[in-house]
Amino acid sequence: MALLEVNNLDVRFAVRGGDLKALRKISFSLDKGERLGLVGESGAGKSVAAFSILNLIARPGYIAGGEILFEGKNLAAMSDRELRRIRGNRIAMIFQDPMMTLNPVLTIGTQMIEALKAHRRIGTRAARQIALDRLKQVQIPSPDKRLDQYPHELSGGMRQRVIIAIALLLDPEIIIADEPTTALDVTIQAEIMALLLELCEQHNVALMLITHDLGVVSQVTQNMLVMYAGRIIEQGPTKEIINDAQHPYTQGLINALPQMGEPGRRLYQIPGAMPSLNRIPTGCPFHPRCQFATDLCKQEMPEYVTSGNVDVACHEVRKLIEEEQQQREMTS
Amino acid sequence: MTTATANASRWSRFRESFLWYSFKRDKVAIVSFVVFVLIAAAAFLAPLLAPHDPYDLATINIMNSELPPVWMDGSDPSFPLGTDAQGRDLLSTILYGTRVSLLIGFGAVILQSALGILFGLLAGYLGGRVDSILMRIADVQLSFSTLMVAIIVGAVFKASFGNLMFGEIAIYLLILIIGIAEWPQIARTVRASVLAEKKKEYVDAAKVMGYRTNRIMFRHILPNTLSPIFVIGTVQIANAIISEAALSFLGLGMPETQPSLGSLIKSGFDYIQSGSWWITLIPGLVLVVLVLVINLLGDWLRDVMNPRLYKG
Amino acid sequence: MNAPAQPLVKIRDLEKRFDLSGNFLEQLRFRNGRFTRQQEFVHAINGVNLEVRKGEALCVVGESGCGKSTVARTVMGLLSPSGGEIHYDGQRIDDLDGKTVLPYRRKMQMIFQNPYASLNPRMTIQQTLEEPIRFHHPDWNRQTVRDKVHEVMHSVGIDPDWGKRFGHEFSGGQRQRIAIARALAVDPEFIVADEPISALDVSIQAQVLNLMMDAQEDRGLTYLFITHDLAVVEHFGTRVAVMYLGTVCELADTRTLFDSPRHPYTQALLSAIPRLEDDRPNHIRLHGEVSTPVNLPSGCVFHGRCPYANERCRTEVPQLIATDGGAQVACHAVEEGRL
Repeated sequence: MALLEVNNLDVRFAVRGGDLKALRKISFSLDKGERLGLVGESGAGKSVAAFSILNLIARPGYIAGGEILFEGKNLAAMSDRELRRIRGNRIAMIFQDPMMTLNPVLTIGTQMIEALKAHRRIGTRAARQIALDRLKQVQIPSPDKRLDQYPHELSGGMRQRVIIAIALLLDPEIIIADEPTTALDVTIQAEIMALLLELCEQHNVALMLITHDLGVVSQVTQNMLVMYAGRIIEQGPTKEIINDAQHPYTQGLINALPQMGEPGRRLYQIPGAMPSLNRIPTGCPFHPRCQFATDLCKQEMPEYVTSGNVDVACHEVRKLIEEEQQQREMTS
Repeated sequence: MTTATANASRWSRFRESFLWYSFKRDKVAIVSFVVFVLIAAAAFLAPLLAPHDPYDLATINIMNSELPPVWMDGSDPSFPLGTDAQGRDLLSTILYGTRVSLLIGFGAVILQSALGILFGLLAGYLGGRVDSILMRIADVQLSFSTLMVAIIVGAVFKASFGNLMFGEIAIYLLILIIGIAEWPQIARTVRASVLAEKKKEYVDAAKVMGYRTNRIMFRHILPNTLSPIFVIGTVQIANAIISEAALSFLGLGMPETQPSLGSLIKSGFDYIQSGSWWITLIPGLVLVVLVLVINLLGDWLRDVMNPRLYKG
Repeated sequence: MNAPAQPLVKIRDLEKRFDLSGNFLEQLRFRNGRFTRQQEFVHAINGVNLEVRKGEALCVVGESGCGKSTVARTVMGLLSPSGGEIHYDGQRIDDLDGKTVLPYRRKMQMIFQNPYASLNPRMTIQQTLEEPIRFHHPDWNRQTVRDKVHEVMHSVGIDPDWGKRFGHEFSGGQRQRIAIARALAVDPEFIVADEPISALDVSIQAQVLNLMMDAQEDRGLTYLFITHDLAVVEHFGTRVAVMYLGTVCELADTRTLFDSPRHPYTQALLSAIPRLEDDRPNHIRLHGEVSTPVNLPSGCVFHGRCPYANERCRTEVPQLIATDGGAQVACHAVEEGRL
């Protein structure tokens, strides 16, 4: 059994003029120690997915259907009290902005000790020792001094290290990291990513990495899923997808990277932009931007087909696979 | 043709706007707006609606003084709300008085907005010494109460020009006093918005184009600072009306020959003891309702225009 | 190789300090029984020399706080330099006043980072684009102005029929197109682009980059391109200047820089790009805290994080020196052949 299993998750936003479908029938699973990347552009729903796993989705958003099974128990149906025992404790979150987690008027130490005491029966001194250990683990210089500092006294990279230390504080099974390095400089970003990866491997923690950066995903994760307009359009092993993307959108995303283009030449570009939630096209949501779109794509939402180890939601890919099969039958 | 379509699209844009949407859903706002429009319409149509002309001394008969409203004994049906101590029809006087109060309220706010916007823009955009000087002036001015300034100016003016002359220009003088006394409120709000706006890149883009400072301030920044001015301005109308009423009540505002709501309340105040409560109470009630609905509208506007609520 | 094109923009010994300490009263400190005046500065740029050659795209890269945006804004006259000079086509422009600077406002334009803030929210697209044209060509009649607006909207891929709409009705990518259209509307020769794509989504970034390259080809533009994204630089730049804490530490042709980076900071920066092909991050790890431009370190600004730093690096400021590879590098270790 997978550690975390999300089945047909539907999340909607209740706004004037009806519900907006932010997530439509999302399904994926995460094993112990697995590293999974969630890739998509802004508006794809990747952050909504992360937030809804811990049922942190704020009004007017709500979970309209599906289940989120953590060790077999459905988080979507849990009471707030039960959830609080899982949040931070079994499943930790790292946000893009460290100040979303850090309280600016309390010292780092106070915050870490409080978090420990909230979930464990433990004395202040012991808690402080654990906090110190964790700060050492994230390679913060002079950790005992940092414990008594306030968040604003630290640089951006240091803050994100502290956040990782806090996330690891209670030995969680899963860390959900929502664009953890987007706000940081390239050199710092590389350090933090390497650190996160190292710690997850060391402690056998599963990592769900939400990002728009295909480079980071390709380096850190084993499996990935690509989201578009609230749907997962492609999921499977990261290497297979990066090397041989099936869905036209994923292909476009990869080919649009400057490093894929010939220097000085035009880059491959996907026309148009991600639709906003109130204007999601019928059929395959990507069809207005897709160069392969047919009438079928405009009318019918594609089901998933499996190609190799990758699941893709695309009519054209299905057609190609079917044609290939026919040919194989013909020849044999 | 083109203007017609432009208007139509502006109207439809308004119909689709968040402003109209939230107005439709807010009962308090709707009721306040309706009451305000009724009072304002009645006041500005006073010459048509009022049964008597309180400014026309020839129609006033002192024998009709202190008649009670129609629902009490000893009333005269031609004076539905009774009469005041001089025999003027109270309903007509209130209508005319509300008109005076509203005129002063709006006039003062227009004046203080003009001053406040100008000084706020200059202080916020130019910064440095201009900012320091203008804002210190504003601080000093805010440390005097409006009433104090008004009392001094009013008293000096009355003493030097006499009551008759004062009566003729009282309305303008009040607008001037209240307008000048309250500009720092608006100036501070504008300055704060300008400080936020001038950091935005569209202002840099305008500078890079080579536009002159005036153009950037008035064409680019000013339109983006108007929302908070609307909110403050609405509340300031209510404040100005109250200030005027207070001044008039102290005898430094509108003369009794062309009374505002405040001077009406004052003129009746002396007769409360003798039982003629309506001369004070009815205009007082109108004043309270008027100020209340304006403040409620201001609250609603503030909620709607708060960008954090709007976008969040 | 053909001879280097003549420089269009010359930045000479540019310095920019920001005063942090407020007015005179706020600077007074009471210490050891007497009042002293204390001033604190952010040293955003410390002696930068750059030349932008006609027709090229000079990319300035660096991390936040390295002064790259300050260079851009100083070149555009949004900030006045604390020291040094800026020349455009042989003419010194940093000391020009209101009237005399106007022709340069037309020739030099800027594209900004945040497409959500760079369009005036109370103006329609038509107004946004018409205003600069009218301002710089007061003698043009209405039809000419309109035609010009049509032309630029067309060239950036925005339907001219959308002119009546406001900025907020467009997506980020479309807004950035409109901002580019505004810059192009006055037919500039030189465009400073300050992180023009970093606020955009991946698929939109490619669109905007392509648009900027098309514009460069069609209109013969020269770019000063500010970015933190090295992958973009590799694709877009003719030459690259790498900045760290207000100084240029390496300046080279793009190919040269990416093939053989010399400065230790450039090497670290290049190794930190998350690339698709490799499996494991094997980047050069930098240690030590990043210095701030408020308390500039003595000597080489990078010595605190540099694995090759020695005593000389801690005391003596390195100068940009041409290397045999064609790059200019400001590093004692490179100069001494230690690296």
